[in-house]
Amino acid sequence: MYKFTNKLRNLSIILMVAGFLGLTYGFLTAPKTIKDAQAVVDDKHHGDGHGASHGEATPDSDHKESHTDDKHHHQASAHGEQDGNDHSQEHGGDHHGEHLLHQLQNKPWAALYVAAFFFMMIALGTLAFYAVNRAAQAGWSPALFRVMEGITAYLLPGALIVFVILGLSGMHFNHLFIWMDPEVVAHDKLIQGKVGFLNVPGFLIRSLIYISGWVTYRYFSRKFSLAQDKAQDISNHKKNFRISAGFLVFFIVTESMMSWDWIMSIDPHWFSTLFGWYVFASMFVSGITTIALIAIYLKSKGYLEKVNDSHIHDLGKFMFGVSIFWTYLWFSQFMLIWYSNIPEEVTYFITRIEDYKIPFFGMVVMNFIFPLLILMNSDYKRVNYIIVMTGIVVLLGHYIDVFNMIMPSAVGDQWFIGIAEIGGFLFFLGLFIFIVFKEISKAPLHAVGDPLMGESERFHY
Amino acid sequence: MSSNKVIHALYDDDDILLSAVKSIKEGKYHIEEVYTPFPVHGLDKVLGLAETRISIMAFIYGCIGFSVSILMMNYIMIEDWPQNIGGKPSFSYIENMPAFVPIMFELTVFFAAHLMVITFYLRSKLWPFKEAENPNPLTTDDKFLVEIELLNNEKELKALLKKTGAIDINIIQKQDDHE
Repeated sequence: MYKFTNKLRNLSIILMVAGFLGLTYGFLTAPKTIKDAQAVVDDKHHGDGHGASHGEATPDSDHKESHTDDKHHHQASAHGEQDGNDHSQEHGGDHHGEHLLHQLQNKPWAALYVAAFFFMMIALGTLAFYAVNRAAQAGWSPALFRVMEGITAYLLPGALIVFVILGLSGMHFNHLFIWMDPEVVAHDKLIQGKVGFLNVPGFLIRSLIYISGWVTYRYFSRKFSLAQDKAQDISNHKKNFRISAGFLVFFIVTESMMSWDWIMSIDPHWFSTLFGWYVFASMFVSGITTIALIAIYLKSKGYLEKVNDSHIHDLGKFMFGVSIFWTYLWFSQFMLIWYSNIPEEVTYFITRIEDYKIPFFGMVVMNFIFPLLILMNSDYKRVNYIIVMTGIVVLLGHYIDVFNMIMPSAVGDQWFIGIAEIGGFLFFLGLFIFIVFKEISKAPLHAVGDPLMGESERFHY
Repeated sequence: MSSNKVIHALYDDDDILLSAVKSIKEGKYHIEEVYTPFPVHGLDKVLGLAETRISIMAFIYGCIGFSVSILMMNYIMIEDWPQNIGGKPSFSYIENMPAFVPIMFELTVFFAAHLMVITFYLRSKLWPFKEAENPNPLTTDDKFLVEIELLNNEKELKALLKKTGAIDINIIQKQDDHE
């Protein structure tokens, strides 16, 4: 039976406090007026050494309601258009100041949302992996079931936090989802055509359905898993098998729709038919990596004595394989859009390549080239520190993946991995550690009753 | 003196085979060869065979295929007859690279796979129309055969093989190659 050590508890609380402070700082320093927003950008451009003219032309604060046509303002904000920001051209230059303000006001929200989604995604990916193992009646993995169940405990709080953020967006506390703004929809033919799907009540109801479905499965699966420890027959195991198979069907539909709703709709003009798979690959590999990291951590503390290096080897293989699967989907999505070069599709990648060059290509290195070269060797997959090192890189890489999915439409070229972004990451990391290890400490780490446990204990490759 | 007599023990399950090979090894008998209808996990380790180096070769072959694909497409599509790819007439390899990635991938796999098979054939001394060395056709179906060298220890070895779960034990006089 694992005991949640005070050291780890304190670490998680420190992370949460530090993260909370970072987020608070991000929210407090977000500009309130167009003038502030302009000042932030001008400051940055002064630093770059080519912003002097903009500084003189900073518009007055009475341009805040900048629906009024104003040539002066238009000139002042012309640099934004040079930055390849297609929105400013769409809405006309007079909207630019307001647009910039929205982007900067979105920044702390987006930082919060990216981190909240990322850690929710780890728990969801782990839940999918767990259900796959249950449904396949895999013989190698029962020794790791309690670790997976611990990680999936984060799903309920994590998904609820995401839901609250979505609800706040629906109430116009932020402008993450521009289709929620009736003002925008009124001027946008493309979004008008999607109103049947993209409307706030429908969006929130769908979100609730996804979350409740996942959490219900998680609740019963955990219950049956614990009951199986004390049971005389394997009826709990069979029930778990059945609900897992059912859950996977539910999951693959809702996961796909979730990715359209929660991520793709941030870019309401753009769509990709394999986006659901792409997000799935990302969450699957993050989940598997987290299982490996936590299993290695617990093993280093003397728990999980039945987990041997063959189990770690198998997790390493999954990390390797799913990383390549992720790359396959990433590239498939990119290549088709690049090849066809249709304006409303290709803007997605133009924004990312022009304004997000380092995170966009950096994540390919972190999520593909690095694990490909390191984990290719069979022996390396059995070495704990290599799995840990690769795992950390892969997890950070997939954080950046989520960052790249959300930030470009939320904040445009105003992105920066600063205090708010790091704060958001640390806050949810702390919360994740706190909830996951608390859950792990609640049940014996060895699922004695599982009928496949014997095979898992003897598992040796 | 080495005898040319061998004993053939037949098994009908890979797990039983694995544990049998373990106990034969513990008895310090010399296993000449094991014939199986499919690769048995862990058999190479139990037999104490040297680790295969084919994976290193696979990596090298893959790198060769990767390089060949780049050189080939650069010559064909960019240098020799410059192509307008996807309406983007940049005539630069790197700018058109997304279009080439599938071919780079395929040729990497193609080279790695084919050269690995050829390497495997060469190392195993196999070639087309070679007569099968397989002593018992059952091992191409669902049985496993262990061939053990026999030096005046027939009785104990037979007893041991019985104990390990062999379904059939035969003593074979091997034909010498130079006869």
